[in-house]
Amino acid sequence: MSPAPSSKLQALDDLLARALAGDEKAYRAFLTDAAAILRRFAASRMPHHSAGFDVEDLVQEILLAVHSKRHTWRPGEPVAPWLFAIARYKAIDAYRRRGRRIEIDIEAMGDVFEDPSATPTAVAHDVGRAVASLGGRQQAVVSALSVEGKSISETARELDMSEGAVRVAFHRGLSAIAKKFGNK
Amino acid sequence: MQTNDLIAELSGRAAPRNGGFVLPLWLAAAVAPLLAFAVFMPLLGPRPDAIASLTTLRFVMKFVEAGLLFAAALGLLAALARPARPWRDRLWLLLCPAALLLTAVAVELVVVPADLREVRAIGGNAMNCLIAIPTMGAPVLLLLLFALSCQAPTRPALTGAVAGLASAGISAFFYAAHCPDDSPLFVAMWYPMATLVLVAAGACAGSRLLRW
Repeated sequence: MSPAPSSKLQALDDLLARALAGDEKAYRAFLTDAAAILRRFAASRMPHHSAGFDVEDLVQEILLAVHSKRHTWRPGEPVAPWLFAIARYKAIDAYRRRGRRIEIDIEAMGDVFEDPSATPTAVAHDVGRAVASLGGRQQAVVSALSVEGKSISETARELDMSEGAVRVAFHRGLSAIAKKFGNK
Repeated sequence: MQTNDLIAELSGRAAPRNGGFVLPLWLAAAVAPLLAFAVFMPLLGPRPDAIASLTTLRFVMKFVEAGLLFAAALGLLAALARPARPWRDRLWLLLCPAALLLTAVAVELVVVPADLREVRAIGGNAMNCLIAIPTMGAPVLLLLLFALSCQAPTRPALTGAVAGLASAGISAFFYAAHCPDDSPLFVAMWYPMATLVLVAAGACAGSRLLRW
Protein backbone atom coordinates (compact mmCIF):
# COMPACT_ATOMS: atom_id res chain seq x y z
CA MET A 1 0.00 0.00 0.00
CA SER A 2 2.96 2.31 -0.49
CA PRO A 3 2.09 5.00 -3.01
CA ALA A 4 5.38 6.88 -2.72
CA PRO A 5 8.93 5.99 -3.69
CA SER A 6 10.71 4.34 -0.80
CA SER A 7 13.56 6.87 -0.71
CA LYS A 8 11.02 9.58 0.05
CA LEU A 9 9.54 7.48 2.81
CA GLN A 10 12.97 6.96 4.31
CA ALA A 11 13.60 10.71 4.24
CA LEU A 12 10.46 10.99 6.37
CA ASP A 13 12.11 8.93 9.12
CA ASP A 14 14.90 11.44 9.39
CA LEU A 15 12.57 14.45 9.28
CA LEU A 16 10.29 13.12 12.00
CA ALA A 17 13.21 12.18 14.21
CA ARG A 18 14.54 15.72 13.96
CA ALA A 19 11.06 17.15 14.48
CA LEU A 20 10.58 15.22 17.70
CA ALA A 21 13.88 16.64 18.89
CA GLY A 22 12.26 20.06 18.54
CA ASP A 23 13.26 21.07 14.99
CA GLU A 24 10.26 23.06 13.71
CA LYS A 25 11.56 23.35 10.16
CA ALA A 26 11.97 19.59 9.93
CA TYR A 27 8.47 19.13 11.32
CA ARG A 28 6.99 21.45 8.74
CA ALA A 29 8.83 19.59 5.98
CA PHE A 30 7.66 16.29 7.43
CA LEU A 31 4.02 17.38 7.58
CA THR A 32 4.15 18.81 4.05
CA ASP A 33 5.60 15.61 2.62
CA ALA A 34 3.25 13.49 4.66
CA ALA A 35 0.28 15.57 3.46
CA ALA A 36 1.26 14.95 -0.16
CA ILE A 37 1.47 11.21 0.43
CA LEU A 38 -1.75 11.18 2.44
CA ARG A 39 -3.57 13.14 -0.25
CA ARG A 40 -2.77 10.41 -2.75
CA PHE A 41 -3.74 7.80 -0.19
CA ALA A 42 -7.05 9.52 0.58
CA ALA A 43 -7.90 10.12 -3.08
CA SER A 44 -7.23 6.51 -4.03
CA ARG A 45 -9.04 5.00 -1.09
CA MET A 46 -12.15 7.06 -0.84
CA PRO A 47 -15.38 6.49 -2.69
CA HIS A 48 -15.94 9.29 -5.17
CA HIS A 49 -19.02 11.44 -5.33
CA SER A 50 -20.01 10.55 -1.82
CA ALA A 51 -21.99 13.25 -0.12
CA GLY A 52 -20.26 15.09 2.67
CA PHE A 53 -16.91 13.64 1.85
CA ASP A 54 -13.77 15.52 1.07
CA VAL A 55 -10.26 14.30 0.48
CA GLU A 56 -8.69 17.39 2.00
CA ASP A 57 -10.74 16.97 5.17
CA LEU A 58 -9.48 13.44 5.56
CA VAL A 59 -5.89 14.57 4.97
CA GLN A 60 -6.27 17.15 7.72
CA GLU A 61 -7.85 14.67 10.09
CA ILE A 62 -4.96 12.29 9.55
CA LEU A 63 -2.41 15.07 10.03
CA LEU A 64 -4.05 16.05 13.31
CA ALA A 65 -4.00 12.44 14.46
CA VAL A 66 -0.35 12.10 13.45
CA HIS A 67 0.39 15.25 15.41
CA SER A 68 -1.43 14.23 18.58
CA LYS A 69 0.00 10.70 18.49
CA ARG A 70 3.52 11.54 17.34
CA HIS A 71 4.95 10.30 20.65
CA THR A 72 3.89 6.76 19.69
CA TRP A 73 6.49 6.69 16.91
CA ARG A 74 9.91 5.56 18.09
CA PRO A 75 12.99 6.96 16.37
CA GLY A 76 14.65 4.09 14.53
CA GLU A 77 11.39 2.57 13.37
CA PRO A 78 10.27 3.18 9.79
CA VAL A 79 7.72 6.01 9.63
CA ALA A 80 5.80 4.67 6.64
CA PRO A 81 3.96 1.73 8.25
CA TRP A 82 3.18 3.87 11.28
CA LEU A 83 1.86 6.69 9.11
CA PHE A 84 -0.24 4.34 6.98
CA ALA A 85 -1.66 2.59 10.02
CA ILE A 86 -2.85 5.96 11.34
CA ALA A 87 -4.14 6.95 7.90
CA ARG A 88 -6.06 3.72 7.58
CA TYR A 89 -7.54 4.10 11.06
CA LYS A 90 -8.68 7.67 10.39
CA ALA A 91 -10.03 6.78 6.94
CA ILE A 92 -12.19 4.02 8.40
CA ASP A 93 -13.29 6.39 11.12
CA ALA A 94 -14.16 9.14 8.64
CA TYR A 95 -16.00 6.71 6.41
CA ARG A 96 -18.13 5.56 9.32
CA ARG A 97 -19.02 9.09 10.29
CA ARG A 98 -19.63 10.14 6.69
CA GLY A 99 -22.87 12.01 6.25
CA ARG A 100 -23.37 12.56 9.94
CA ARG A 101 -20.84 15.31 10.34
CA ILE A 102 -21.05 19.02 10.83
CA GLU A 103 -19.43 20.27 7.65
CA ILE A 104 -20.31 23.92 7.41
CA ASP A 105 -21.48 26.49 9.87
CA ILE A 106 -25.10 27.15 8.92
CA GLU A 107 -24.92 30.92 9.45
CA ALA A 108 -22.00 31.19 7.08
CA MET A 109 -24.03 29.18 4.59
CA GLY A 110 -26.93 31.63 4.82
CA ASP A 111 -24.72 34.57 3.88
CA VAL A 112 -23.35 32.79 0.88
CA PHE A 113 -26.74 31.83 -0.42
CA GLU A 114 -28.51 35.11 0.20
CA ASP A 115 -25.96 37.15 -1.66
CA PRO A 116 -23.61 35.28 -3.96
CA SER A 117 -21.35 38.32 -4.24
CA ALA A 118 -20.84 38.57 -0.46
CA THR A 119 -17.43 37.53 0.79
CA PRO A 120 -17.82 33.82 1.27
CA THR A 121 -17.04 32.62 4.74
CA ALA A 122 -17.09 29.03 3.62
CA VAL A 123 -14.41 28.16 1.12
CA ALA A 124 -15.41 27.24 -2.41
CA HIS A 125 -15.01 23.51 -2.05
CA ASP A 126 -17.28 23.46 0.99
CA VAL A 127 -20.06 25.10 -0.99
CA GLY A 128 -19.47 22.82 -3.92
CA ARG A 129 -19.64 19.86 -1.63
CA ALA A 130 -22.84 21.02 0.00
CA VAL A 131 -24.48 21.55 -3.37
CA ALA A 132 -23.14 18.26 -4.67
CA SER A 133 -24.86 16.47 -1.81
CA LEU A 134 -28.24 17.37 -3.32
CA GLY A 135 -29.88 15.34 -6.04
CA GLY A 136 -31.24 16.12 -9.53
CA ARG A 137 -33.47 19.20 -9.83
CA GLN A 138 -32.60 20.63 -6.42
CA GLN A 139 -28.92 20.50 -7.21
CA ALA A 140 -29.38 22.19 -10.58
CA VAL A 141 -31.56 24.93 -9.07
CA VAL A 142 -29.39 25.66 -6.02
CA SER A 143 -26.28 25.66 -8.15
CA ALA A 144 -27.80 28.01 -10.75
CA LEU A 145 -29.21 30.45 -8.20
CA SER A 146 -26.54 30.57 -5.51
CA VAL A 147 -23.34 29.51 -7.13
CA GLU A 148 -23.76 30.88 -10.64
CA GLY A 149 -25.89 33.82 -9.47
CA LYS A 150 -28.65 33.47 -12.06
CA SER A 151 -32.14 34.88 -11.61
CA ILE A 152 -35.20 32.78 -10.90
CA SER A 153 -36.77 33.39 -14.29
CA GLU A 154 -33.52 32.60 -16.10
CA THR A 155 -33.19 29.38 -14.16
CA ALA A 156 -36.81 28.45 -14.81
CA ARG A 157 -36.33 28.91 -18.56
CA GLU A 158 -33.11 26.94 -18.63
CA LEU A 159 -34.42 24.01 -16.63
CA ASP A 160 -37.83 24.14 -18.26
CA MET A 161 -39.62 24.56 -14.94
CA SER A 162 -42.18 27.03 -13.67
CA GLU A 163 -40.85 29.87 -11.49
CA GLY A 164 -42.87 28.54 -8.59
CA ALA A 165 -41.29 25.11 -8.99
CA VAL A 166 -37.84 26.71 -9.03
CA ARG A 167 -38.59 28.52 -5.77
CA VAL A 168 -39.85 25.35 -4.14
CA ALA A 169 -36.83 23.33 -5.30
CA PHE A 170 -34.48 26.07 -4.09
CA HIS A 171 -35.98 26.19 -0.61
CA ARG A 172 -36.17 22.46 -0.29
CA GLY A 173 -32.57 22.20 -1.45
CA LEU A 174 -31.41 24.74 1.11
CA SER A 175 -33.24 23.08 3.95
CA ALA A 176 -31.83 19.71 2.90
CA ILE A 177 -28.35 21.21 3.09
CA ALA A 178 -29.13 22.81 6.43
CA LYS A 179 -30.37 19.51 7.77
CA LYS A 180 -27.36 17.63 6.51
CA PHE A 181 -24.62 20.05 7.44
CA GLY A 182 -26.14 22.31 10.06
CA ASN A 183 -25.66 22.41 13.78
CA LYS A 184 -27.88 20.13 15.82
CA MET B 1 -9.07 25.61 7.02
CA GLN B 2 -6.50 25.05 4.31
CA THR B 3 -4.12 22.17 4.80
CA ASN B 4 -1.11 24.47 4.55
CA ASP B 5 -2.44 26.64 7.38
CA LEU B 6 -2.90 23.53 9.47
CA ILE B 7 0.66 22.43 8.76
CA ALA B 8 1.98 25.88 9.66
CA GLU B 9 0.10 25.79 12.95
CA LEU B 10 1.15 22.27 13.86
CA SER B 11 4.80 22.76 12.95
CA GLY B 12 5.07 25.40 15.65
CA ARG B 13 4.41 22.63 18.16
CA ALA B 14 7.02 20.12 17.05
CA ALA B 15 8.39 18.95 20.39
CA PRO B 16 6.45 16.01 21.79
CA ARG B 17 3.82 16.66 24.42
CA ASN B 18 4.63 19.65 26.55
CA GLY B 19 1.41 19.29 28.52
CA GLY B 20 -0.61 16.21 29.31
CA PHE B 21 0.52 13.24 31.33
CA VAL B 22 1.41 10.08 29.46
CA LEU B 23 1.23 6.96 31.60
CA PRO B 24 3.60 4.42 30.05
CA LEU B 25 2.08 1.00 29.51
CA TRP B 26 4.93 -0.72 31.34
CA LEU B 27 4.30 1.44 34.40
CA ALA B 28 0.59 0.63 34.34
CA ALA B 29 1.52 -3.06 34.03
CA ALA B 30 3.84 -2.75 37.03
CA VAL B 31 1.24 -0.94 39.15
CA ALA B 32 -1.56 -3.36 38.17
CA PRO B 33 -0.56 -6.13 40.64
CA LEU B 34 -0.22 -3.60 43.47
CA LEU B 35 -3.64 -2.18 42.67
CA ALA B 36 -5.25 -5.62 42.55
CA PHE B 37 -3.51 -6.54 45.81
CA ALA B 38 -4.72 -3.34 47.46
CA VAL B 39 -8.31 -4.26 46.59
CA PHE B 40 -7.83 -7.94 47.44
CA MET B 41 -6.50 -7.58 50.99
CA PRO B 42 -9.37 -5.64 52.61
CA LEU B 43 -12.03 -7.32 50.46
CA LEU B 44 -11.08 -11.00 50.64
CA GLY B 45 -7.59 -11.74 51.93
CA PRO B 46 -5.78 -15.05 51.54
CA ARG B 47 -7.31 -18.21 52.94
CA PRO B 48 -5.90 -19.31 56.32
CA ASP B 49 -3.86 -22.21 54.93
CA ALA B 50 -2.53 -20.29 51.92
CA ILE B 51 1.14 -20.58 52.85
CA ALA B 52 0.89 -24.23 53.84
CA SER B 53 -0.93 -25.03 50.60
CA LEU B 54 1.98 -23.82 48.52
CA THR B 55 3.26 -27.38 48.63
CA THR B 56 0.23 -28.73 46.77
CA LEU B 57 0.46 -28.70 43.01
CA ARG B 58 -3.19 -27.85 42.39
CA PHE B 59 -2.95 -24.69 44.48
CA VAL B 60 0.27 -23.53 42.82
CA MET B 61 -1.09 -24.23 39.35
CA LYS B 62 -3.81 -21.61 39.85
CA PHE B 63 -1.17 -18.91 40.25
CA VAL B 64 0.84 -20.15 37.31
CA GLU B 65 -2.20 -20.15 35.04
CA ALA B 66 -3.46 -16.74 36.14
CA GLY B 67 0.01 -15.20 36.07
CA LEU B 68 0.61 -16.61 32.62
CA LEU B 69 -2.67 -15.12 31.38
CA PHE B 70 -1.67 -11.73 32.80
CA ALA B 71 1.76 -11.84 31.15
CA ALA B 72 0.47 -13.11 27.81
CA ALA B 73 -2.26 -10.48 27.60
CA LEU B 74 0.24 -7.74 28.46
CA GLY B 75 2.57 -8.98 25.75
CA LEU B 76 -0.24 -8.72 23.22
CA LEU B 77 -1.30 -5.32 24.57
CA ALA B 78 2.17 -3.90 24.04
CA ALA B 79 1.78 -4.68 20.34
CA LEU B 80 -1.81 -3.45 20.11
CA ALA B 81 -1.05 -0.16 21.81
CA ARG B 82 0.78 1.51 18.94
CA PRO B 83 0.06 1.73 15.20
CA ALA B 84 1.67 -0.74 12.80
CA ARG B 85 2.93 -3.16 15.45
CA PRO B 86 2.46 -6.74 14.26
CA TRP B 87 0.09 -7.79 17.03
CA ARG B 88 -1.13 -10.82 15.09
CA ASP B 89 2.32 -12.33 15.51
CA ARG B 90 1.72 -12.35 19.24
CA LEU B 91 -1.70 -13.99 19.34
CA TRP B 92 -0.03 -17.31 20.09
CA LEU B 93 0.86 -15.91 23.52
CA LEU B 94 -2.76 -16.37 24.58
CA LEU B 95 -2.52 -20.06 23.72
CA CYS B 96 0.02 -20.62 26.53
CA PRO B 97 -2.31 -20.13 29.51
CA ALA B 98 -5.13 -21.90 27.63
CA ALA B 99 -2.94 -24.90 26.80
CA LEU B 100 -1.65 -25.11 30.36
CA LEU B 101 -5.17 -25.04 31.79
CA LEU B 102 -6.37 -27.70 29.35
CA THR B 103 -3.41 -29.90 30.23
CA ALA B 104 -4.19 -29.52 33.93
CA VAL B 105 -7.81 -30.43 33.25
CA ALA B 106 -6.77 -33.50 31.30
CA VAL B 107 -4.50 -34.68 34.11
CA GLU B 108 -7.21 -33.99 36.69
CA LEU B 109 -9.73 -36.01 34.70
CA VAL B 110 -7.31 -38.94 34.77
CA VAL B 111 -6.44 -38.83 38.46
CA VAL B 112 -9.85 -37.95 39.90
CA PRO B 113 -12.48 -40.73 40.03
CA ALA B 114 -15.46 -40.11 37.78
CA ASP B 115 -18.00 -39.69 40.58
CA LEU B 116 -15.93 -36.90 42.17
CA ARG B 117 -15.46 -34.85 39.00
CA GLU B 118 -18.76 -33.04 39.16
CA VAL B 119 -18.27 -32.11 42.82
CA ARG B 120 -14.81 -30.75 42.05
CA ALA B 121 -15.99 -28.77 39.05
CA ILE B 122 -18.98 -27.16 40.75
CA GLY B 123 -16.98 -26.51 43.92
CA GLY B 124 -18.35 -24.37 46.71
CA ASN B 125 -17.40 -20.87 45.62
CA ALA B 126 -18.62 -20.44 42.07
CA MET B 127 -20.62 -17.34 42.88
CA ASN B 128 -17.77 -15.77 44.83
CA CYS B 129 -15.47 -16.39 41.92
CA LEU B 130 -17.86 -14.82 39.41
CA ILE B 131 -18.21 -11.70 41.55
CA ALA B 132 -14.73 -11.32 43.04
CA ILE B 133 -12.64 -11.60 39.87
CA PRO B 134 -14.52 -8.90 37.93
CA THR B 135 -14.66 -6.67 41.03
CA MET B 136 -10.92 -6.81 41.68
CA GLY B 137 -10.20 -6.64 37.97
CA ALA B 138 -12.28 -3.52 37.32
CA PRO B 139 -9.83 -0.95 38.76
CA VAL B 140 -6.96 -2.68 36.96
CA LEU B 141 -8.93 -2.56 33.72
CA LEU B 142 -9.51 1.17 34.16
CA LEU B 143 -5.82 1.74 34.82
CA LEU B 144 -4.84 -0.19 31.70
CA LEU B 145 -7.45 1.59 29.59
CA PHE B 146 -6.10 4.94 30.75
CA ALA B 147 -2.54 3.96 29.85
CA LEU B 148 -3.72 2.67 26.46
CA SER B 149 -5.62 5.87 25.73
CA CYS B 150 -2.27 7.68 25.97
CA GLN B 151 -1.05 5.42 23.15
CA ALA B 152 -2.69 4.96 19.76
CA PRO B 153 -4.44 1.60 19.43
CA THR B 154 -5.93 1.19 15.96
CA ARG B 155 -8.23 -1.61 17.15
CA PRO B 156 -10.01 0.00 20.12
CA ALA B 157 -12.49 -2.75 20.95
CA LEU B 158 -9.99 -5.57 20.59
CA THR B 159 -7.42 -3.66 22.62
CA GLY B 160 -10.01 -3.08 25.35
CA ALA B 161 -10.90 -6.78 25.33
CA VAL B 162 -7.26 -7.81 25.75
CA ALA B 163 -6.92 -5.26 28.55
CA GLY B 164 -9.89 -7.05 30.15
CA LEU B 165 -8.03 -10.32 29.76
CA ALA B 166 -4.95 -8.90 31.46
CA SER B 167 -6.97 -7.48 34.35
CA ALA B 168 -8.74 -10.82 34.75
CA GLY B 169 -5.35 -12.54 34.88
CA ILE B 170 -3.99 -10.46 37.73
CA SER B 171 -7.33 -10.46 39.53
CA ALA B 172 -7.58 -14.26 39.29
CA PHE B 173 -4.02 -14.51 40.58
CA PHE B 174 -5.03 -12.96 43.90
CA TYR B 175 -8.44 -14.55 44.02
CA ALA B 176 -6.70 -17.92 43.74
CA ALA B 177 -5.07 -17.24 47.12
CA HIS B 178 -8.49 -16.80 48.67
CA CYS B 179 -10.53 -19.52 47.02
CA PRO B 180 -10.47 -22.97 48.66
CA ASP B 181 -11.40 -24.72 45.40
CA ASP B 182 -8.14 -25.83 43.84
CA SER B 183 -9.21 -28.37 41.26
CA PRO B 184 -8.35 -27.47 37.65
CA LEU B 185 -11.90 -28.57 36.88
CA PHE B 186 -13.22 -25.73 39.02
CA VAL B 187 -10.71 -23.28 37.58
CA ALA B 188 -11.54 -24.24 34.00
CA MET B 189 -15.26 -23.99 34.72
CA TRP B 190 -15.57 -20.68 36.55
CA TYR B 191 -12.46 -18.57 36.05
CA PRO B 192 -13.00 -18.22 32.28
CA MET B 193 -16.59 -17.16 32.92
CA ALA B 194 -15.45 -14.45 35.31
CA THR B 195 -12.79 -13.51 32.79
CA LEU B 196 -15.38 -13.12 30.05
CA VAL B 197 -17.14 -10.47 32.13
CA LEU B 198 -13.98 -8.35 32.14
CA VAL B 199 -13.25 -9.06 28.47
CA ALA B 200 -16.74 -7.92 27.48
CA ALA B 201 -16.50 -4.85 29.70
CA GLY B 202 -13.07 -4.07 28.25
CA ALA B 203 -14.32 -4.40 24.68
CA CYS B 204 -17.28 -2.09 25.33
CA ALA B 205 -15.21 0.46 27.20
CA GLY B 206 -12.39 0.21 24.68
CA SER B 207 -14.60 0.94 21.70
CA ARG B 208 -15.58 4.18 23.41
CA LEU B 209 -12.59 5.27 25.49
CA LEU B 210 -9.80 4.23 23.16
CA ARG B 211 -10.95 6.14 20.08
CA TRP B 212 -8.77 8.97 18.92
